[in-house]
Amino acid sequence: MSNPPSTGLRSWLTTTDHKRIGTLYFWTAFAFFLIGGLEALIIRAQLAQPDGSLVSADTYNQLFTMHGTTMVFLALMPMTAAFFNWIVPLQIGARDVVFPRLNAFSYWVFLLGGLFMNASFLIGAAPDGGWFGYVNLTGPQYSPGLNIDFWVLGLQILGVASLAAGFNFIVTILNLRAPGLTMMRLPVFSWMTLVTQFLVITAFPVITVALVFLLFDRTFGTNFYVPAAGGDPVLWQHLFWIFGHPEVYILILPAMGIVSEVLPTFSRKPLFGYTVVVYSGVLIGFMGWGVWSHHMFSVGLGPIADSFFAAATMLIAIPTGVKIFNWIATLWGGQIRFTTAMKFAVGFIAMFIIGGLSGVSHASPPSDLQQTDTYYVVAHFHYVLFGGTVLGLFAGMYYWIPKMTGRLLSERLGSWHFWLTFIGMNLTFFPMHFIGLLGMPRRIYTYAPELGLGTMNLVSTIGAFVIGLGTLALVINVLWSRRHGEPAGPDPWGGATLEWSIPSPPPPHNFDVIPTVTSRLPRWTTEHPAAPSAPGSAVHVPPGSWWPLVAAAGLPIMASAVVTKLLALVFLGAAVLVFGIYRWAYEPFEV
Amino acid sequence: MRDSATVIFEAPDAVSRLRYWLPVLVLGILACAGDYQQSTLHPASDFAGRLDHLFRGIFWWALGVFVLVEGALLVAIIRFRRRPGGDQPRQVHGHTALEIGWTIAPALILVFIAVPTIRAIFASTGAATPGALRVEVVGHQWWWEFRYPELGITTANELHVPVSRPVALEMQTADVIHSFWVPRLAGKRDVIAGRVNRLAFTADSVGTFLGQCAEYCGESHANMRMRVMVDTDSGFAAWVDRQTAEPPSPDSGSLAFQGRDVFGRSACIGCHMLDGVPVARAQVGPNLSRVGGRATIAGGLFPNDTEHLRRWIANAPAMKPGALMPQMDLAAEDLDAIVAYLQSMK
Repeated sequence: MSNPPSTGLRSWLTTTDHKRIGTLYFWTAFAFFLIGGLEALIIRAQLAQPDGSLVSADTYNQLFTMHGTTMVFLALMPMTAAFFNWIVPLQIGARDVVFPRLNAFSYWVFLLGGLFMNASFLIGAAPDGGWFGYVNLTGPQYSPGLNIDFWVLGLQILGVASLAAGFNFIVTILNLRAPGLTMMRLPVFSWMTLVTQFLVITAFPVITVALVFLLFDRTFGTNFYVPAAGGDPVLWQHLFWIFGHPEVYILILPAMGIVSEVLPTFSRKPLFGYTVVVYSGVLIGFMGWGVWSHHMFSVGLGPIADSFFAAATMLIAIPTGVKIFNWIATLWGGQIRFTTAMKFAVGFIAMFIIGGLSGVSHASPPSDLQQTDTYYVVAHFHYVLFGGTVLGLFAGMYYWIPKMTGRLLSERLGSWHFWLTFIGMNLTFFPMHFIGLLGMPRRIYTYAPELGLGTMNLVSTIGAFVIGLGTLALVINVLWSRRHGEPAGPDPWGGATLEWSIPSPPPPHNFDVIPTVTSRLPRWTTEHPAAPSAPGSAVHVPPGSWWPLVAAAGLPIMASAVVTKLLALVFLGAAVLVFGIYRWAYEPFEV
Repeated sequence: MRDSATVIFEAPDAVSRLRYWLPVLVLGILACAGDYQQSTLHPASDFAGRLDHLFRGIFWWALGVFVLVEGALLVAIIRFRRRPGGDQPRQVHGHTALEIGWTIAPALILVFIAVPTIRAIFASTGAATPGALRVEVVGHQWWWEFRYPELGITTANELHVPVSRPVALEMQTADVIHSFWVPRLAGKRDVIAGRVNRLAFTADSVGTFLGQCAEYCGESHANMRMRVMVDTDSGFAAWVDRQTAEPPSPDSGSLAFQGRDVFGRSACIGCHMLDGVPVARAQVGPNLSRVGGRATIAGGLFPNDTEHLRRWIANAPAMKPGALMPQMDLAAEDLDAIVAYLQSMK
């Protein structure tokens, strides 16, 4: 039986190999990360001085909306998906995910959803209601243009991708673990992936409902959020943040998982308190559901509600703190090698501490009344999402790209990347604490000179461009190392987990022999579970499939109906989707 | 294990250098800038003072934790960086007592934050105290309307209140969600369609305090600013007298007199109320009854002088993106006349 094509466009369009899909996610997310970063740089250039006039108010509002939306949905989440795809099957000793074609479908839906949303720039009507899209501003009366339609439909499409991937990875992790790989031997990255995917499959339906209401209000004249007709704009806020707060953990838990892999490897010590780190991750996942209204303390929900959400939010700080202590204890007594991956992992801890501590002042509603919707909050969540998630993802890149490509990234460029990013992010985001406390709200395209905040804003802008330089070093590094990087070998770092037992890059079937696992750190104990015994016969790898791509194409076609007002497109898109799924279902996959 | 591929950098020294320079840098930045008129850290009311006190308490706890934890991290990465010929480190998997300890410690600290927090929540519900000055606040895209129901005054973008007397705000919106925020006097409170929200504060010093909308509300969200003028009792009483006196009447033949006439037959009356012009009864835009006495125009955006007022009336959207007041097709002399009339309405 022939293996799937290994080169050429067709091989990528039809691939069902988790590693290739991971690579597609990686480059797509990387491109969106650069786009979101460019948007950030324009924002910072505009704010470098008071009364800035680089872009118009309207353009600025589109830029900050798309910066947030892009970074959350098109850059960070898909970048974590790149790592889920690449690493989880290797860590659990599997030959692929459990539903390879569904996996391809997820990717194509994500790509098309991202393109659909960004196509709005082409007609000058990019979403402009903020990434949080509060009604009634985003309702038909106050946002009659197509901007919000692109946002609503784009998010709906992306939600399909996230849900499909969520179910896929849950089933994969629960069912495809190698013999002996019990749950309490599962590497922490795979554990955090599992928790994250449970959050995805429970949080995304909530925003789906919220978006359906908004779509109906905008398109069919329903009144879900219209107070004059008995609706309530605050309903949107509840639904959005019931999704939105778990979303924060969807973004941070994978990075915590990455760091929990990198720290032990480069300290030459097992993770301190594995059980507690795993359970605190699970606990954070659960508690993440009970804190959403801390985004709404200025709404006036009343003292009882405010007190409850304050207490719940403070409680979630405890398992988060425990993780930080366990990471530091992992370093303690180790033999620390400061590779670039390790620098980013340590940077993650250092920055995440700041983000966590500034978060405590938001957990206190009265204190938050002064800080919410100011640059203090912007500082806070960039320490969490940039200092945390992004630095964690960078650590993951330096750690695992050698596994993906077979070549190491340059440590020299990596060092430039780290220091520019680390210094740049502190220059950018640290002054924002003061900018906010001294009275600058978020989401304003200009500010008055009387506020006295020009100098600090200028420092912040300079910092943003330093981050830009750091990111340039990363781009050069990733591109350069593809051809010129030092060969990595199967295990360049001395890692403890299964992915390091196979060649880099791994063969299409990953493992010649599925390993049997007898400990939490299989490669640090005496055994070598995947000691390459000669494969008995060639491992069959299923051929690719066109149908995930075809099915995925149906969704943006359906969504186009709303922005073009052509009803026929709904039926066309639905036909394409159903046809794709039908052929997919009857495809003789194991021929 | 292979590790020839990895390069060791002197990272810890560089980290400590940065840690040294960072506070220096921050203090430097703070020193360069001027005074902060919209600062949450310089409270001038009981309400803002309560929030500031709470925040400072949290800040010191956070700073303590920051120093301890970042300190532990720094010690770890300096002390335990690999040295040539280092042995395989001891393979520790955990320490139950230690882990219980660092679960309980943050929980205890949080108790010290939670108790004053809950007290402050119940002290900040915005319930009006007896004798408070009642003001109705209405958010509009993109300006603030202030009504004093007991005094029969309606004004815009400049809230006048007396010092040392409780002020009770009843807040709503005419359109989308906005958030009332004058940091030195009060924390934010959103105004939401279909709801009335409340805030109460007692200003403790006389002065002008800047504020602006803090909830993203569309194109000119950045331009939805306001001021609160806190005055002495007698100063406030004098302001109230001016607002409630008979409207000033321009001398016949003056430019202002002409302006009143132009105003009354122009599109102005489609949106604005002005008590000197009987036909100007509309309540869509700001009430212009004593507009000549205001410090600013256009949602606190520009000084209320001849040049800005003239440009504003001629073409508001050019000065404030998305402004709902359209470009006016007025002859130059009519424009001058209207400006003169509005300036006379003090």
